[in-house]
Amino acid sequence: MSEMIKLKAKDYKSTVKPIWCPGCGHFSVFNAITKAMAALAISKDDTVMISGIGCSSRLPAYVDSYGFHGVHGRGLAIAQGLKVARPDLTVLAMGGDGDGFSIGGNHFIHACRRNVNLTYIAMDNEVYGMTKGQASPTTPMDWDHSKLTPHGPGVRPFKPAALALASGAPWIARGYSGNPNQMAKLIAEAIAFPGFSFLHVMSQCITFCPEQTDWKSIVHEREEPTLSDADEAAKLFLHEDGFQTGVLYAEQRATWPPEPEAAASVAALDQLAASFRV
Amino acid sequence: MVGKHLSIAITGAGGVGVISCGELLLQAWARLGGRGLLRKAYGPQIRGGESAALLKLTENERYTAAEHYDLVVALDWDNFSRFEDEIKLGPDSWVICQEGEALPAAVSDLQPHILSLPLAELAQASHPDGRINMLVLGLLGALLDLPGDSLCELAEQKLAGKAVAYREAAVASIRNGCAQQLECKLDRPALGETGTWYLSGNQAAGLGALEAGIRFVAAYPITPASDVLEWMAGGLEQVGGQLVQAEDELAAINMTIGAAFGGVPSFTATSGPGLALMSESIGLAVASETPVTVFNVMRGGPSTGIPTKSEQSDLNIALHGLHGDAPHLVLAPLDIADCVFTTGWAVHLAQQLQTAAIVLSDQFIGQSTAVVSEPRRCANPAASLAIAGDGDYLRYKLTDSGISTVASPGDADQRFTADGLEHNEKGTPSAKHSDHQQQLQKRQDKLEQFDYGEDWAQVEGSGTVALVSFGSSSAAVAEAAGLLQERGIATRTVALRLLAPLQANALAQVLDDCEQVFVVEQNHGKQLYHYLRGQMDFRQTLHSYAMAGPVPLNAGQIAQTVAEVLAA
Repeated sequence: MSEMIKLKAKDYKSTVKPIWCPGCGHFSVFNAITKAMAALAISKDDTVMISGIGCSSRLPAYVDSYGFHGVHGRGLAIAQGLKVARPDLTVLAMGGDGDGFSIGGNHFIHACRRNVNLTYIAMDNEVYGMTKGQASPTTPMDWDHSKLTPHGPGVRPFKPAALALASGAPWIARGYSGNPNQMAKLIAEAIAFPGFSFLHVMSQCITFCPEQTDWKSIVHEREEPTLSDADEAAKLFLHEDGFQTGVLYAEQRATWPPEPEAAASVAALDQLAASFRV
Repeated sequence: MVGKHLSIAITGAGGVGVISCGELLLQAWARLGGRGLLRKAYGPQIRGGESAALLKLTENERYTAAEHYDLVVALDWDNFSRFEDEIKLGPDSWVICQEGEALPAAVSDLQPHILSLPLAELAQASHPDGRINMLVLGLLGALLDLPGDSLCELAEQKLAGKAVAYREAAVASIRNGCAQQLECKLDRPALGETGTWYLSGNQAAGLGALEAGIRFVAAYPITPASDVLEWMAGGLEQVGGQLVQAEDELAAINMTIGAAFGGVPSFTATSGPGLALMSESIGLAVASETPVTVFNVMRGGPSTGIPTKSEQSDLNIALHGLHGDAPHLVLAPLDIADCVFTTGWAVHLAQQLQTAAIVLSDQFIGQSTAVVSEPRRCANPAASLAIAGDGDYLRYKLTDSGISTVASPGDADQRFTADGLEHNEKGTPSAKHSDHQQQLQKRQDKLEQFDYGEDWAQVEGSGTVALVSFGSSSAAVAEAAGLLQERGIATRTVALRLLAPLQANALAQVLDDCEQVFVVEQNHGKQLYHYLRGQMDFRQTLHSYAMAGPVPLNAGQIAQTVAEVLAA
């Protein structure tokens, strides 16, 4: 197989050209994913990228691995079904803030608590970009740039890390599209983590939210060690500014599904059928 | 042709065990070579409401609901009265009831034969913890000449998990029941061959799915489909496979698609409201050419409707519920035993044709149990197609059959991204008219050009009159055809098993000798009638016989209506 040769990041890119706007943060996430794959020397044939719908959900086709671009909000469900059926594969799910926290919100919280061993990268630009700039569940209350909510959404944004923690996610990290080297490390760590790893990426949309270029002066790397105590993490996630990057929380927890207790065999089919005999 | 039958209803409060009584009686009857059906009726309460075991002992396996009852055992009259609409009595009926309780006027007015017995006292006399339901089992067993030993053995098996004293009380109650001499004459149907099976349609579907190769199930509970999933949970553990309880039906169908994308034959089961939620993603399975089987156990609709009772009203959504032009498979099992074959066939077809198959069962065949001859199996297990080994893999390659080779993650050098976006042959998203046209045609061709063989319908009899039905109404229709035959009206029956793609040429051919065609279905909107009219030009006069659930289709009424229309 071609994987015998050491692959570079660019070798993990497909020939499909991204549809993203110039300056989009998702280019940086895409580069970081391929860098992480190269760093881990991951087999292209054994890796699957799965997404929902939205700008960021276009990413699977750009990676030279297997992929599934599903329907809006359901990427995590496809990813969990695949990983449970095929535990031998490396599965990465990805999408945007609307896909993951609004239409797919139920799947997000249940994926956190189910703890199937896969990685979820949420590219959060606080806006629906593909539908031309509407407020998402992470948009600031007073963001009044959308015709749909001309006075701002007027409701408090989600805190995705707090939501993940409350739902039972065992590994929570945050990256920033302006720091692709750190992000590549975070992605590699997320893939290596045995369980559901949630990477929240602040990925700027300069088309609909040009003010997000200011993020580079706000974002700061966490200097303290990763938390493993859920109480401390809860305090952090409820009170932080949301721009702290790094691995913020990690705990070891049993993944799902567990190893089967008894040996299974196809011969049991005959016994199942026989159980219906009078 | 209709054959002799004997109908017995046992009613009581939930928890008294009337269903167990009915099950054990039917199993003992089956051991002798008897045939029969057990419908289970419950009130809306979760626990402690009324329940009824509705038995029909027969001479053939065309199981329809009883139209009236030869024998009713009412453990108390309050609970019986809640089933008044469903349990019809006549002057020839026998009633066994608790001595000393006043008969309701609705029963006494019909003047059935009444046997007032000290049921509670007899149970108590059998054993200090004597059980009335087991006493009744003994009474009924004696009336039907069933061996007491057989009843006791079956009861011991069923109660294997209970304490010894509990089992002793049950056995003593059965023995005491068997010993009673009752002044009651029942005309017992003839026995057939032994070696039968006893199961529900939902269990049969689960078995059919596992035998066809299903190794992944995503499940969200819903009445009346949960028991398919519950049975498969245990089955998959033994056979080797995974079941995930999903957070909702949206997750269930997408998990199914994800696992299927991984090359593992995958399945989910639901009922109307769940099917509605799954519809968007069933379209994804069609567009991405990912094989999934969605087993839908129909109940009364729309909306929450009548969750515990049967209706064939999800045909429209199964056929037309997907947005865009999304050709897919729709099948319907014809009876309890056929749930094994049709579910297996659906899995096979979904795999072979790389698309979604929706199977339309219903509460009547799903949750009733019956004695059946060993069910027929689908001969072709689910097959993953061999993949071509070239480096420039085209997942959605245009072929004569419309079927492309399929790779799964892990296969060397066949990488692609499956997509719900329209795409070109490689799978790359494309909004070009030519790609759209080609892929639409491909997805249509693979379904339309496939050879489905002879199993698209069950065709019986001949005559100038035809009764066309789908799924579970086939039994009532076959019985109606028998009644028409007795009136000298030669009738052909066509029970459709494959609804989409409709085998219009084959259907036209089997209707060629007919002049009058009656489309029979259990829903209010004439869904099958309109579908057939839309798909075919009929030379014949087409009539609709559509009756909403939850009352089971009545063969006598069907035959009467057909005869009246023909005479007009």
